[in-house]
Amino acid sequence: MLKVENISVNYGAIKALQNVSFQINQGEIVALIGANGAGKTTILNTISNIVPSVAGKITYLDKEITKLQPHEIVKLGISQVPEGRRVFAKMSVLENLEMGAYTRSDNEVASDMEKIFQRFPRLNERKKQPAKTLSGGEQQMLAMGRALMSRPKLLLLDEPSMGLAPMLVEQIFQIIQEINASGTTILLVEQNANMALSIAHRAYVLETGEVVLQGDAKELASNPEVRKAYLGE
Amino acid sequence: MFLQQLVNGVALGSVYALIALGYTMVYGIITLINFAHGEIFMAGAFVGLLLVATFKVNVFVAIIGAMVFCMLMGVVIELIAYRPLRKSSRLSALISAIGVSIFLSSLALMVFGADAKGFPDGAFPVKQIKVGSADISTLQLLIIGVSAALMMGLEFIVQKTKIGKAMRATSEDYNTSALMGINVNRVISFTFALGSALAAAGGVLVGVLFNAVSFNMGLMAGLKAFAAAVLGGIGSIPGAMLGGLLLGVSEVFGVAIGYSSYRDAIAFTILVLVLLVKPTGLLGQKITKKV
Ligand SMILES: Nc1ncnc2c1ncn2[C@@H]1O[C@H](COP(=O)(O)OP(=O)(O)OP(=O)(O)O)[C@@H](O)[C@H]1O
Ligand SMILES: [Mg+2]
Repeated sequence: MLKVENISVNYGAIKALQNVSFQINQGEIVALIGANGAGKTTILNTISNIVPSVAGKITYLDKEITKLQPHEIVKLGISQVPEGRRVFAKMSVLENLEMGAYTRSDNEVASDMEKIFQRFPRLNERKKQPAKTLSGGEQQMLAMGRALMSRPKLLLLDEPSMGLAPMLVEQIFQIIQEINASGTTILLVEQNANMALSIAHRAYVLETGEVVLQGDAKELASNPEVRKAYLGE
Repeated sequence: MFLQQLVNGVALGSVYALIALGYTMVYGIITLINFAHGEIFMAGAFVGLLLVATFKVNVFVAIIGAMVFCMLMGVVIELIAYRPLRKSSRLSALISAIGVSIFLSSLALMVFGADAKGFPDGAFPVKQIKVGSADISTLQLLIIGVSAALMMGLEFIVQKTKIGKAMRATSEDYNTSALMGINVNRVISFTFALGSALAAAGGVLVGVLFNAVSFNMGLMAGLKAFAAAVLGGIGSIPGAMLGGLLLGVSEVFGVAIGYSSYRDAIAFTILVLVLLVKPTGLLGQKITKKV
């Protein structure tokens, strides 16, 4: 579905990604794990073309998207829940969801919003509130609901568990699996490698801008190197 | 006396507010102080004057014509002078803005000459209406009425329409807005169009009020409106409205109590005083970093 080939990204003199290649098949949950500063967020932002690549090629559903504008990429069905949630703080919950549906002009936006409210009832109770008044967990739900409003075929999630209590992390991962089961392919970036590998089908391990390991999520989870570096053993 | 001065102040302040809105909206989205904004106001005044003097249209039609012209002008300026510098340093864009400002006022000087031009007699029928102790002119009513209508229109666009919401989203978080599928370039063009249209309306109104349109009228009006935007809190739309009104009213009262030779200094004195106490301006919020 998505094919990333030999992507390199620089921030000024900093080489953030070097020759990164991976691919995602339709229907999968693919996890991307790695330490702080490994380049995980950069990969997602390069797919969305918020950050330009200096070399390499990204293909989505057999169409090259490397040079497309970010809004065109969203329109093709790739949507991102950015790191740190990034809800529009001064706008209401409802307006945040409307922004998620920005590319759409069909008449099912309202019913999709109802579905989001069923999935996240707390958002329904807080429809009119500015997003900055939500708790961290509620903001994460809003950020996910917002991204779903564009009806993505591929959802990019950047550390959805960041800063959440264990109970809530469980719940968020549960929801990620539900979203996947309803037909959305998922690329999941996580610090929480344990959780990520437990729900992913396949995974890639990133170290200082390069893919160093890849494979079946269960196999990676039992790989001694991975256990030592990312699962705290 | 008091009521009279208040009306005078509100009329002047409404115009400052109209211009200040353009500064604040553009700053809110791309953190650029559009130095050419005063010249857009000036261009609006000239277009209005030409329409009234040459095509004999009434003031309202002239205002609409000037707004349309300046919308295009604002969009084109952004496209050629600012957009190519979007990823460069703030300073480059600022210098480009100053360049556009100098270019436009020089162009106006070449085309229209150095003398101020007046509107033809009877361009707008001025009558005095007695309200209590005050003489309110129909001209002041025109200014206050048109400004109020435009600001309500702006408020509606920004709060209720899809593109208005996209403007608010983009001014909060540029990159995340792009991730929502918002075409941020189009939002920026739209913001320039809106701000320029308001400045153009202000230009025609000021031209009629003082019966003078000149190539350098954008300079002082632009500076004061910028002061109004900063006073209200740059980036804040209600702030620009409030700042404009406050400056207009203080300027008129300052002159009335005998400081007429300091007329132009009043705005900046107030600005400095307020910023000492509240650096973000009256309704401004802490400026969040834009990536
Ligand atoms: N805007 C930027 N300007 C300069 N360097 C940057 C920028 N963004 C990221 N970097 C650098 O690029 C490298 C990769 O950063 P990135 O944010 O992709 O890491 P990450 O894997 O997402 O880390 P984390 O787990 O902490 O979120 C880091 O060395 C970082 O310092
Ligand atoms: Mg990151």
